[in-house]
Amino acid sequence: MTTSLATTASTTSPAPAAAPAVPAAPAAGRRKRRPHTPLNPRPSIPLTVVTGLVLVYTLLPLAWLLVNATKDQNGLLDSFGLWFAEDTHFWDNITRTLTYDDGVFVRWLLNTLLYVAAGAGGATVLAVLGGYALAKYEFPGRRAVFAVVLGAVAVPGTALAVPTFLMFSNMGLTNTPWAVIIPSLISPFGLYLMWVFAAEAVPTELLEAARIDGAGELRTFFTIALPLLMPGTVTVLLFSMVATWNNYFLPLIMIKDPDWYPLTLGLNAWNAQAQTAGGEAVFDLIITGSLLTIVPIVAVFLLLQRFWQSGLAAGSVKE
Amino acid sequence: MTLLSTSAQAAPPPRRRARSRLRTEAWAGWGFAGPFVAVFGLVFLAPIGYALYLSLFKDRLIGGTSFVGLDNYGEALTDPRFWDGLARVGLFLLVQVPVMLGIALLVALAIDSGRLYGKSFFRVAVFLPYAVPAVVASLIWGFIYGTRFGLVGNINDAFGVTLPDPLSPSLVLASIGNIVTWEFVGYNMLIFYSALKVVPRSLYEAAAIDGAGEWRIVTSVKLPAIRSALVIATIFSIIGSFQLFNEPSILQKLAPNAITSDFTPNLYTYSLSFAGQQHNYAATVAIVMGVITAIIAYTVQLRGMRKG
Repeated sequence: MTTSLATTASTTSPAPAAAPAVPAAPAAGRRKRRPHTPLNPRPSIPLTVVTGLVLVYTLLPLAWLLVNATKDQNGLLDSFGLWFAEDTHFWDNITRTLTYDDGVFVRWLLNTLLYVAAGAGGATVLAVLGGYALAKYEFPGRRAVFAVVLGAVAVPGTALAVPTFLMFSNMGLTNTPWAVIIPSLISPFGLYLMWVFAAEAVPTELLEAARIDGAGELRTFFTIALPLLMPGTVTVLLFSMVATWNNYFLPLIMIKDPDWYPLTLGLNAWNAQAQTAGGEAVFDLIITGSLLTIVPIVAVFLLLQRFWQSGLAAGSVKE
Repeated sequence: MTLLSTSAQAAPPPRRRARSRLRTEAWAGWGFAGPFVAVFGLVFLAPIGYALYLSLFKDRLIGGTSFVGLDNYGEALTDPRFWDGLARVGLFLLVQVPVMLGIALLVALAIDSGRLYGKSFFRVAVFLPYAVPAVVASLIWGFIYGTRFGLVGNINDAFGVTLPDPLSPSLVLASIGNIVTWEFVGYNMLIFYSALKVVPRSLYEAAAIDGAGEWRIVTSVKLPAIRSALVIATIFSIIGSFQLFNEPSILQKLAPNAITSDFTPNLYTYSLSFAGQQHNYAATVAIVMGVITAIIAYTVQLRGMRKG
């Protein structure tokens, strides 16, 4: 199996000279070239092509979005979906998306940023503190906390939605940012990840040493534990950010006033407007708005990928 | 990563500590975990309790709210609209989850094998859709499915064919399955890949010395080693399927005839409480759905872990 694949690869690749070009991949670039062994096999063209099909499937809709964000309504109807129309309206579309309906899109963007900063930021703080406590302290009720939180992962979000809405409604919180921020503060997955991560990354001896030197628990946490917890913290922060940035169901039930919509609800409202009789169809704005909605979060992911990928890998050490 | 491997030694054996030490730990432990527990109680436990309470009452047009015991549960268990939705997500689950996890596993194994050109690019690019909101994913795919200016329409025009309409009642479930697969294949791939990365390489070496081929190493070493990641991904996917809401709710505007207000149990709950004002019955349906989900997730976990 190994040999047959390897020979296929070498016969189909243009020349042996193609093989040294492989370490162009960033991960391999830093490594010294080693002989191909079962642990360091030769890349295979057939396998790359087959896996490439999944890549095409993944990227095609994003390419469609990018291409169609350059078209106006007529261009959308007249031109082929995966190629550009004759005239480009990209900047025009962006300007119109940002200014349509008195710039409501910008308002939604600011709302989303608020929900992400408060919700995801708070969720990360709570998960880091809680995960650290579960991993490093023996306290009565510790097992119960962990069992209840893990069990809660299986509770469907929508099972909670109706009662949460009614509860918040009685408390006068619906239709305010609090209704979106408060439920976003809890990330059971984040707590689990931080618990596993803290157990691995913070040696108990180090904490003991700090205590013997007379440091209080808070000081030990901030000076010793927190720096060690950084990769896990970034991972939890990123996953909470995506969850909050992309949240749709929670704001859908909690927020009725368009002034407090996040981007997801706003886009949905534009889509609904296009489908109602008499409503202005703004497909070009929906498409450009969709693109503008995903660019920041994708950028954050790409910029910080080294951190969150190492944090995630570390989190899966012990399951 | 480097940080982790250096600190991966096992925790020291439990030592007998002084009583005062234990008391400090208890205070500090609750101090750190307290904020999480308090908010958790507010947004998880209180609503569950409130839902249980609501489910015992009925709001009638005449006579107001009255205690009805378990009547709502009896109604839910014999409600064809609920069971149709449940059957639909059950079918969805049986087809979509294996397809999605299968693709994710193959990509993870391919990247982990070290035999791909540009494996870092693969890893990041396949993961990208996870960052796309369900709303945007459903809008993009909804447009692509469209026969007016979508790709399906383009292909029909270009080749003079009539492809089946992905938004028709008979195909819309499969079309939703495609969107969900697209959104989460990369996420699951990353879970599997992260698990594969921490399998000790020496195991592969030992297997290779014993004469195992690449495929044999996959089936006998790699898959058993990531069993717990497979089980967790399966459970999360099952829970996700039962919670299906965002994608059908957004596609509903593009395909109002194909997606009814009781298409999935969650859509049903939502329309019961926010369109029909039947909060008590909606809470009951949500609880029944939560119990069914928990039972199935728990069963999968037990079966998945047992063979190990």
